[in-house]
Amino acid sequence: MHRSRSPFVVAAVTGVLALLALLAYGLVQSGPDDGIDTALARGELPVAPGFALERLNGEGRGSLADYRGKVVVLNFWGSWCTPCRDESPLLQRWHERISARGGTVLGVDEIDVTSDARAFVRELGLTYPMLKDTDESLRPDYGITGYPETFVVDRRGRITALRRGPVDERFMREEVLPLVEERL
Amino acid sequence: MRRAAAVALALMALALVAPALAPAAAPAAECPRTTLGDVENEVMCPVCGTPLGLATEAPQAERERELIRRLVDDCRSKEEIKQTLVAEFGDNVLALPGDDGFDLAAYLVPALALLVGGGALAFAALGWRRARGRRDGPPGAPSAGAAASERLQADLDRYEL
Repeated sequence: MHRSRSPFVVAAVTGVLALLALLAYGLVQSGPDDGIDTALARGELPVAPGFALERLNGEGRGSLADYRGKVVVLNFWGSWCTPCRDESPLLQRWHERISARGGTVLGVDEIDVTSDARAFVRELGLTYPMLKDTDESLRPDYGITGYPETFVVDRRGRITALRRGPVDERFMREEVLPLVEERL
Repeated sequence: MRRAAAVALALMALALVAPALAPAAAPAAECPRTTLGDVENEVMCPVCGTPLGLATEAPQAERERELIRRLVDDCRSKEEIKQTLVAEFGDNVLALPGDDGFDLAAYLVPALALLVGGGALAFAALGWRRARGRRDGPPGAPSAGAAASERLQADLDRYEL
């Protein structure tokens, strides 16, 4: 015998299912994008997502495209982040080492008080270019999960390596030096 | 005598300078009474993903609080402080959800729920009315109450006193 369901039951079940679907969508959306990690693990070299941001010193805007043809060590940091402070002298040394050979460190300051970030740069004597990502707009594109994180971009604009956490001498020597020494 | 003259002169000088000092003190009295707590409840710690008031140990939250304290000391209103925070950290620093992407769901879901709930209530009321109509007989037919009073009237007419 066919028994018709009350429209209220149908509406309530549909509503609950819709809310569950929305929750699942939200969880998937807010999760970190590991596309770059996956591509690198497969041996692919994904193109570095482009961006244009304000310079930290307030002098206009800068973009990744400005460094086309160079090896870029793209470092995401914040003045409030202790590991970022610890790795900065190493990045500064490597910037000095590679800048004459077609390489650069490019710092991107994230969710920071501008005056604090500028004080950080002054205090540590960092001379490499710095951009400010006010609202973490690059976070989804680069799948950033914490700070610091560093991406090595070759002369063709492709990501060849990344470090989710502070870099060390070994990482720089193994991942950056060969790209700088590579002839095009 | 000379000392008394000096004191009198100093008092006169003070009397002259006092009105000039008064306007300088006035803005301090007009300073908005914003506190760290007022702002903390309405902004987020962007790194922690929680309201700033709940972010107790994150270093980024402490920096944000320091900035708010500086702005409070600078006599800024709550709205001005929130604007400065947005300029520093982006729209995500506001505790209210944004109006695009998934955040839009925060506004749409309650509105839709209200709409669906209202529709369901209207539908239920309609169903209830129909069911009641069926119980009371076809529309236009005299109701049970009307028939009874007609019968009563007929009985009364029969027994004219």
